[in-house]
Amino acid sequence: MKNNNVRNVVAIGIGTALYVVLSFIYIPLGAIPNTGLMPSLSIIAFFSAVFGPVVGAAIGLIGQLIYSLITGGVWWSWLFPMAIPAIAIGLFKGKYNVKEGGFGGRQIAVFNIAQVIGNAIAWAFLAPVLDILIYSEPANKVFLQGIGAFVGDIIVMGVLGTILLAAYSKVSGKSAGLKKED
Amino acid sequence: MKLLTYTKQDTFVHHLSGVTKLFFFLLWCVVSGLTYDTRVLAVMIAVSMWVIWDSRAKWEQFAGIAKLMAFFMIINVVCIFFFSPYIGCEIYNSRTDLLHLFGNYTITAEQLFYSLNVMMKYFTIVPSAFAFMVSTDPSEFAASMNGVGIKYTAAYSVSIALRYIPNVQSDYRRIKNAQEARGIEMSGKAKPIERLKRTSSIIFPMLFSSMDRIDVVSNAMQLRGFGKKKKRTWYAGVPLSRADKTVIVLCIAFSAAALWLTFYDGNRFYNPFQ
Repeated sequence: MKNNNVRNVVAIGIGTALYVVLSFIYIPLGAIPNTGLMPSLSIIAFFSAVFGPVVGAAIGLIGQLIYSLITGGVWWSWLFPMAIPAIAIGLFKGKYNVKEGGFGGRQIAVFNIAQVIGNAIAWAFLAPVLDILIYSEPANKVFLQGIGAFVGDIIVMGVLGTILLAAYSKVSGKSAGLKKED
Repeated sequence: MKLLTYTKQDTFVHHLSGVTKLFFFLLWCVVSGLTYDTRVLAVMIAVSMWVIWDSRAKWEQFAGIAKLMAFFMIINVVCIFFFSPYIGCEIYNSRTDLLHLFGNYTITAEQLFYSLNVMMKYFTIVPSAFAFMVSTDPSEFAASMNGVGIKYTAAYSVSIALRYIPNVQSDYRRIKNAQEARGIEMSGKAKPIERLKRTSSIIFPMLFSSMDRIDVVSNAMQLRGFGKKKKRTWYAGVPLSRADKTVIVLCIAFSAAALWLTFYDGNRFYNPFQ
């Protein structure tokens, strides 16, 4: 138990550093202004699936806070929802078996269902509503941005998150060296 | 190029405790988020500019990020204009046409003024954020966060994050150069989904080295007994000085005044059109 506690403290720290650095990669989608693919989100998905909801949510919140402080001020309305996909993914940590090398078809399905639901709550609903309440920005703009962010995030977490988890699971599971024969 | 690394300097901003700066910062963010009062924003920008000047941050250290910020800022303002070209008129309850563009789009003085306020919000925070990053020693910051009641494990997570950002940054550069040398195209020439898959060729080695680093660092901390007791003492801890207390009091006074000035007429916008 103690052991895990120290690992989680370090995982939050280093995961946050990774998230902040990778946040500077940004792939515009073109269709909707101000939204695009942010590969750094796959870090949150990865750490949530491996270390659980607390680590994932902390990386999302602290990392996004540091990143937004150095790039243009904090949009509180887009900060707090960061935690929700992480929690949604992390809740099923026990089901993924990432470290044991068992991240396969069923686990990928659970992971993706969790991330789509989490992202939907966070970006298509919570962030735009907070935007209107806190910043009195125009409603049609923020809901369009919210939908854009939702689509971008499920693509990133779905494609990149799944690739990373599957690859890491394959490699880290190897140390066990045993495979069930058919 | 060194980016957001702490460098030891002998300035007023460097001597302040990390917690004082964090406190300043959070108040600054809250006030800047709540107010649309142009006068308040102008004062806040002046203070922010002074802070970054005093911290002796070099322009090269944050030029890249500043450009990114300018890019987002302009997109945001343009976006607001195209989605609701007359939100400024609604807010300030008047309309002064300046230039007719096309169709339903006319540039009005109110919209320009609203956009100016939106842009000013960026400048209130960003310079002091840079100053914070280059003037705060992560160890001292962890100690002072713990000093004001934040759990020391949480303080340590933040401190580790700040400490490892430069390392992860140099990892990133090295790996990106190596991948490009192998002919993996990372620039805008590829399609979005293709580029997303290719970034995995950078993220994956970084993630691996980070997972190793987590093992190494957490083992080292465990060997030194981290997490065994409820409390710990700090090597880098310094009690709050008189300057710290003065700054904290001034911050509270300023925020209270700013919020009063913003809201006393029942509206968060400063209206020069009436």
